[in-house]
Amino acid sequence: MSLLSDLARLIAELILIFVVLTDLILLGSSRLTSTIRLSAWQGMALGFLPLMVSRAGFGPTTLRLVTLGAVLFAMKGFLFPRLLLRALRTAEVRHEIRPIVGFQASILAGIAIVAASFWMGGRLPLPRPAPTPLALPMALSTILIGLFAITTRANALNQVVGYLVMENGIFIFGVALAQEEPFIVEMGVLLDVFVAVFVMGIAIFHIGREFDHIEVDQLSSLKD
Amino acid sequence: MAGGLFMTLAKSLIHPILALIFAPLMLGVIGRTKAILAGREGPPLAQPYHDLRKLLGKGAVYSRTTTWIFRAGPMIGLASTIVAVLLVPFGSCPAPLAFPGDLILFAYLLGLARLCTVLAALDTGSAFEGMGASREVLFSALAEPALLLGLAAVARETRSLSLSGMQAAQTLSAWSGAWLPLSLVAVALGVVLLSENSRIPVDDPNTHLELTMIHEVMVLDHGGPDLAFILYGAALKMWALAALLIGTVLPIRVGLPYTWPVDVALSLASMLGIAVGVGVVESTMARLRMSRVPQLLIFATTLSTLALVFEFGGLIR
Repeated sequence: MSLLSDLARLIAELILIFVVLTDLILLGSSRLTSTIRLSAWQGMALGFLPLMVSRAGFGPTTLRLVTLGAVLFAMKGFLFPRLLLRALRTAEVRHEIRPIVGFQASILAGIAIVAASFWMGGRLPLPRPAPTPLALPMALSTILIGLFAITTRANALNQVVGYLVMENGIFIFGVALAQEEPFIVEMGVLLDVFVAVFVMGIAIFHIGREFDHIEVDQLSSLKD
Repeated sequence: MAGGLFMTLAKSLIHPILALIFAPLMLGVIGRTKAILAGREGPPLAQPYHDLRKLLGKGAVYSRTTTWIFRAGPMIGLASTIVAVLLVPFGSCPAPLAFPGDLILFAYLLGLARLCTVLAALDTGSAFEGMGASREVLFSALAEPALLLGLAAVARETRSLSLSGMQAAQTLSAWSGAWLPLSLVAVALGVVLLSENSRIPVDDPNTHLELTMIHEVMVLDHGGPDLAFILYGAALKMWALAALLIGTVLPIRVGLPYTWPVDVALSLASMLGIAVGVGVVESTMARLRMSRVPQLLIFATTLSTLALVFEFGGLIR
């Protein structure tokens, strides 16, 4: 039992490390298909997190946790990437051309964000001990890196990916630190995210058809 | 007591002797691995030794545009690489030279060797060599933070600023407590090893297409003993970085006082493993596009920095 829970905790930590590494790679990649794929892998890995956290001895393993993980796995791993890839196909763009902050600078900013999250994570009082000391800093850095991607990417699709990453961070936060959170809230959040991605996918499709590009900083200029 | 001192001295001299003898063998093992994976028989393992002997028997030709810098380059390069080898511990034997902060000396001795190669390349006045020099300097400038930050993370973990001290504090039980940052550092140092030794995916040691060469283009004008010095220096540099990786980051050893011969043998086996690993990487990967190389090195720097952040975050159980 103890060996099993140690293993579960190890897997949970590996998932968290994987998430933060994919965050950083995502900040440095310009190809849109690869950012979408990275966010999909991130979502699939996170699908296992609730189960691992509960097996590590933090709360009972209930059906709702397993369902939550499965729904997350299916939506973030398959449904969202499919919607975004379809929007990408119609928009006919391949690369993020001119981000507001360059790719290498973004990675450095990402490292700074991770360091700041560790600093912050050590100072936030928690209602109860986290399953691993990594949980809080990783959740904070994933939220902040998602926010950073939303604000510094000029391409509408990358902004959606940033939004998904930010939501992943919120999910880590919820799973690792607030397991009492009602099931209905988690499902509601997932539904919201689904609707948001759905609407954004349609919006990107229309923007791409109207403007022949999906660079948001050029949308304000008039078209003849 | 005198016997003990003699013993310590003898133990610390084992690594330099092994390095001076076996460093070219690593290149031979890499070449053989690549050949086998490509379905060829390949050159004999001792081929680098034959090359060196052949080159040492030749005379050197110097262009009239070159100055003394061109002649001094290979010698200073080889000398500083040998001194760098003296700083690296091996097995459970400490290095002959060890003092707090020697990791910085190690990094910059390799830097000095590189500076000499670059200056010699610029001294020829050839446009291609200048281009290679510029690339070499750019990539090594990007690899340096990965190396130094990674070593800083190990230094923080082992509470030691000397390479030999790190090696002494790095045991299997200590490693299992800090596997996370240390494995990040190991990956980062692996990338640095490939990049600094101009291996695929950063540079192809076999290429002779001027537009893609980095290291090879810088030494085109050297011949005879000078080229032998450069080749031998490159082999020693590979050995030094690989020994650094297994000595300070990966504790593949028993670590008991009387098992040091076993540890030396284990380390030799790990060096062999690294050589085979480099050969496998070279056979299975394509060379990265020149503009993608900085991304790879920045990725290595990111891993090192992340390890350092983990260390300072106090997350080590």
